Amino acid sequence: MAIRWGSYRVKGLYDELLRGSGRPRPAAQLLCDYLRSLSDQDIEEYKAAAESAIHVMGITFTVYSEEEGSIDRAWPFDIIPRVIEKNEWLNIEAGLKQRVKALNLFIDDIYHDQRIVKDNIFPATLLKNSKNFRPQCAGINPPLGIWAHICGSDLVRDRDGIVYVLEDNLRVPSGVSYMMENRQVMKRVFPEMFDRYNILPVDDYPSQLYDTLAALSPRPGDQPEIVVLTPGIYNSAYFEHAYLAQQMGAELVEGSDLVVSKDDEVFMRTIEGLTRVDVIYRRIDDLFLDPEAFNPESLLGVPGLMRAWKAGKVALANAPGAGVADDKVVYAYVPEIIKYYLGEEALLPNVPTYKCIDKNDREYVIQNIHNMVVKPANESGGYGMLIGPHASKAEQKKFVRLIRRDPRNYVAQPMLMLSTAPTMVGTRAEPRHLDLRPFILSGQQTFVTTGGLTRVALREGSIVVNSSQGGGSKDTWIVDMEGQS
Amino acid sequence: MTMLSRVANNIYWMARYLERAENTARLINVNTHLLLDLPKRLVLGWEPIIDITDSRTLFYTLYDQADERSVVKFMASDTKNPDSILSTLGAARENARTVRDIIPREAWEQVNQLYLTAKNNAASVITHRHRFDNLRTIMLGSQTINGLLAGAMTHDEGYSFLRMGRNLERADMTTRIIDVRSATLLPEIADDRKPFDNLQWMSVLKSLTAYQMYRRETRLRIRRRDVLKFLLQEDRFPRAFHHTLREVKNCLDDLPHNEQPLKTLAQLQRKLMRAKPEELKQEKLHDFIDELQLGLTKINESIGKTYFWPN
Repeated sequence: MAIRWGSYRVKGLYDELLRGSGRPRPAAQLLCDYLRSLSDQDIEEYKAAAESAIHVMGITFTVYSEEEGSIDRAWPFDIIPRVIEKNEWLNIEAGLKQRVKALNLFIDDIYHDQRIVKDNIFPATLLKNSKNFRPQCAGINPPLGIWAHICGSDLVRDRDGIVYVLEDNLRVPSGVSYMMENRQVMKRVFPEMFDRYNILPVDDYPSQLYDTLAALSPRPGDQPEIVVLTPGIYNSAYFEHAYLAQQMGAELVEGSDLVVSKDDEVFMRTIEGLTRVDVIYRRIDDLFLDPEAFNPESLLGVPGLMRAWKAGKVALANAPGAGVADDKVVYAYVPEIIKYYLGEEALLPNVPTYKCIDKNDREYVIQNIHNMVVKPANESGGYGMLIGPHASKAEQKKFVRLIRRDPRNYVAQPMLMLSTAPTMVGTRAEPRHLDLRPFILSGQQTFVTTGGLTRVALREGSIVVNSSQGGGSKDTWIVDMEGQS
Repeated sequence: MTMLSRVANNIYWMARYLERAENTARLINVNTHLLLDLPKRLVLGWEPIIDITDSRTLFYTLYDQADERSVVKFMASDTKNPDSILSTLGAARENARTVRDIIPREAWEQVNQLYLTAKNNAASVITHRHRFDNLRTIMLGSQTINGLLAGAMTHDEGYSFLRMGRNLERADMTTRIIDVRSATLLPEIADDRKPFDNLQWMSVLKSLTAYQMYRRETRLRIRRRDVLKFLLQEDRFPRAFHHTLREVKNCLDDLPHNEQPLKTLAQLQRKLMRAKPEELKQEKLHDFIDELQLGLTKINESIGKTYFWPN
């Protein structure tokens, strides 16, 4: 009898599955009862089964380090799922749709009239200094007026039980393939749980993604040629690029497979010669997309791609320049952005955010640096961050200097106490902090994944959930409790 | 749906590497058994295995002598040897990884699994005790992948490239085995060694899983001339040179822009069928095999120029 919920300590935390007293939340009751019924040996067997499934399925991510080059690592996975009740999820889903709709209106405005700047809602200086603002994109009208077709927003739940949006990823968010693979692993390992619960499926994503992309084709009517553009097998998310191409029945291409003709059409090199390409789901950052328009050194991109896109001969998802709204400083303005474009209050709250560009905010952050999480505006993957309460005095001082040197580049948030969920440590369940990344598709319709990718910090007390920094993941169950008690 | 040149190239090489791993496993296995049957005074040893794969120079920079342990390690698990089972499975896996979206998921999982298994078992192949089991795992694993691809992959252009890679690799191995084995065998023929000569030709057949089929086909005792004719010109045996070329031709027939590769192939076919290998003495046989190898190289180049790197 390995898991004793009575001794599971959630002291002062919000746990996704259990209340402080060690009693399961209603939606997690069945799961917790089941887990309690398992012996140590059962648990070892389930863990081994999951590990072997991950190995055999070749679910990997790539880590790059200076010393060892690139290494393919097995995806770290915890066998205890995270459970969210369907009614709660529907509220979150509505909030995400609202948010992404507003962000798309914001990006389109930024590259056209900039009304939000003229109306003094959004400061012009921020735009001028934004690393992700692309002057090359001004005046362009992508199909349906949508720039961020695929968005991955990170959600966290604080001690108070409220779900906040931590950030929006509008450039090339990754993780959705792991969400689907986690479910596959879970079905192989715990088939009996799927009989007992009404767990909503997650595998509709690839066909929704296909429809979203197909609707962008510049040659409507025909069956569009859709490709996934990857930087190649050394990219940390290559697994996902291949996975999505396969699931959509699209071609997985590298930059060198594509060529832009004189009349701005995009072709791929095939065994039959050149074949026209209509839609590119690009998983390469803006600056590497086209050496003609951006970084001339880039070997990953396709010379002339921006020309083709501007001419409307090919669709790019996400559109170049969409990252302007993914900046952590812009994030601080999202509630205002929602109100400005939609005339609505934000359904999902932002984490309170101090903008270091603002003098008062900056001084407050510097005074309270030991309690703050400081983030650079344009880094992802948890790099270049300061977690004040866990940092040494020297690191705190270093960040004070960094902030003073380039205040525009930093925002700070109070340290949240991320919610936890039971996670296997050996054959015991211990609370570990986690977040949730749902994916939102915007096209003729808006689609939100059922749940998303739950990432969990495997080290005790840690709140860094990125797989590149020692995080793992869990399957996320949205459960319909109607008709169940 | 059309196919990227890069992808076609990767599928082709995935198949070649897989086939190479399987062939190498079979070669080690058969040689192990052969040596157990031969009297100790016939020191045939392990050196021919190195020669079959054309890696004498590399081998002697890494090892002092061609004893069993060194050669088996070199051929099975040494990652410094690009043709070792482990290296070729690794290469097959890297190629498979880049075409994960094209081949059926189960096939990718099997390729991945086979590589991981080979890696885990690397040490135990060297000792006699587990060698057979481990090599059999490799051979069956490769066959499983071929089966999965045959049964679950659309037989489209990608599948054609796969089959071409597999068959050209087979053709290559068949000629290498004939070449090296006949060279080491023939000069030693003396009457009292006849039974062993027979054994060695049997091992040639077994290296190509051809023994049973040869017996069914010829119903004769094993003779050099019949073995050569069978392995080179038999139409229906899958590892016979003639058959592998015909498979490649069938694949090319389904591909666009096939004029040049088909022409190159037809030249080699004609050369093969005009020859009477059973009449070729050792020197001549060696020259003839060289010509066949050259023909394979030309076909490989022609396919590359036409499909993998046009212009």
